[in-house]
Amino acid sequence: MNISAIKSIYVYEMARFFRTLAQSFLSPVLSTCLYFVVFGTAIGSRIDTVDGVSYGAFIVPGLIMLSVMTQSTSNASFGIYFPKFIGTIYELLSAPVNFLEIVIGYVGAAATKSMFIGLVILATSFFFVDITIQHPFAMIAFLTLTCLSFSLLGFIIGIWAGNFEQLQLIPLLVITPLVFLGGSFYSISMLPPIWQTITLFNPVVYLISGFRWSFFGEADVDVTISLIAIGGFTLLCMAVIWWIFKTGYKIRS
Amino acid sequence: MSVMIKVDNLKKIYGSGFEALKGVSIEIKKGEIIALLGPNGAGKTTLISTICGITVPSSGSVLVGGYDIAKDYRHTREMIGLVPQEIALEPFEAVISTVRFSRGLFGKPRNDAYIEKILRQLSLWDKKDAKIRELSGGMKRRVLIAKALSHEPQVLFLDEPTAGVDVELRKDMWDVVSDLKASGVTIILTTHYIEEAEEIADRIGVINHGEILLVQEKETLMQQLGQKQLRIDLSEPVHSVPDALAQYGLDLAPDGASLLYTYDATGERTGITTLLADLQSAGLVMTDIQTQQSSLEDIFVGLVKEKQ
Repeated sequence: MNISAIKSIYVYEMARFFRTLAQSFLSPVLSTCLYFVVFGTAIGSRIDTVDGVSYGAFIVPGLIMLSVMTQSTSNASFGIYFPKFIGTIYELLSAPVNFLEIVIGYVGAAATKSMFIGLVILATSFFFVDITIQHPFAMIAFLTLTCLSFSLLGFIIGIWAGNFEQLQLIPLLVITPLVFLGGSFYSISMLPPIWQTITLFNPVVYLISGFRWSFFGEADVDVTISLIAIGGFTLLCMAVIWWIFKTGYKIRS
Repeated sequence: MSVMIKVDNLKKIYGSGFEALKGVSIEIKKGEIIALLGPNGAGKTTLISTICGITVPSSGSVLVGGYDIAKDYRHTREMIGLVPQEIALEPFEAVISTVRFSRGLFGKPRNDAYIEKILRQLSLWDKKDAKIRELSGGMKRRVLIAKALSHEPQVLFLDEPTAGVDVELRKDMWDVVSDLKASGVTIILTTHYIEEAEEIADRIGVINHGEILLVQEKETLMQQLGQKQLRIDLSEPVHSVPDALAQYGLDLAPDGASLLYTYDATGERTGITTLLADLQSAGLVMTDIQTQQSSLEDIFVGLVKEKQ
């Protein structure tokens, strides 16, 4: 395995993140504060506890997931799309690296960035609400798996996208609605029965539910199912990426 | 001299049905500089891209240093450095970090002393911390060369290396290429500039419509295909070539003051001696005489036209 190449890609991508640290760091902190002010304080004060948890605390896992999923997708998609856009992809394609090494480098960096942002949001939330994390290791595991799987998805989007509009298309039109409708700001038990059933077709529900369980020990769906869902999603993304590199889809003529 | 690259019956047909390479076969010797000449769309870049692993061939095989580019891609790619035709660099990155990145990508451990050496050699050391977007076009091209050399390749592909580069920088690059050759690097360059091939190549390959038309030692090529022209300046201009000289197929210069005689320099008899004797008999007086070798460009244009 070309460890040197993985390290180079990873360091290079992380350097981009640190070049724009203010934007990378301040933006999620600011948006989290706004969410807490709007949902936690203004609206949340009129809502009773959800599953025995104050509404302000209840939305923390959802908020983290919202940012982590969107950041993972956009970081990874931009990371691989940009070399395609400016033409530097030639270097990657002519280097002695295989698909796994490229993926570990790019996806690893994107996942690290979004993990960092997730932890920053978590730290910020301590200023607004009292939270006790009941299953910290499970919380880290869910967070890591979500960062990885959505970075893999972002990588696929970055390979597929032919222009900047397409790069934004899936995150805006698919991921954001699924996250909002996946129980980020509510428990699906609050929905009418028919909508509860429909919601279960949203894969994001399982991720948010599992992540919330790690905080409060309460979940909309069984934690095992959540783990299977996120594991399956990760494998599916890996399979698609393997196919992309095997066929050269949109990268190798 | 051992073979460094062996291309055998290489074909590339794109999805659109366009046949970019039609069974190309070529052997490139270790340590030589070979220039691939050809018009736009001839297949030069496709050939290079395929050897480097960017383009997947439809059929045929390529060995680099005895290794197959598909089966042993790690070995072959480690040996190759590529300077692409287009300037493709990340604009916000510093020169030194993008060169270091390339070295790491090709599996080499960090070596600041070597990076400094190549940056100095390419007159980039003063700009090592500059962002790529702050550099001129010529400097960016040097950065591309530095990136390609960063992992100490044994083979260097230069795809139109001096396109859009001013004359001075072009000469500098030729010096760099000469130094690389002296250090044993095999160099394959594609170019539109015939003078570039004439200046630095050991062998010339002419490619058109996805086919190699010929590969020849530069000197041999120019000797074999080169025609010479004899220019005879006259003391008094003439209106037409005298009938007595018709057998020589002479051309008259536009001002009528010179006669032009084209001949095969490699032929047994050039006809110059009898021509000069007949000139005197025709009553013409010479003031000067000079010969001119046809350039590689003339040869190239002639070859491409012939095949069309």
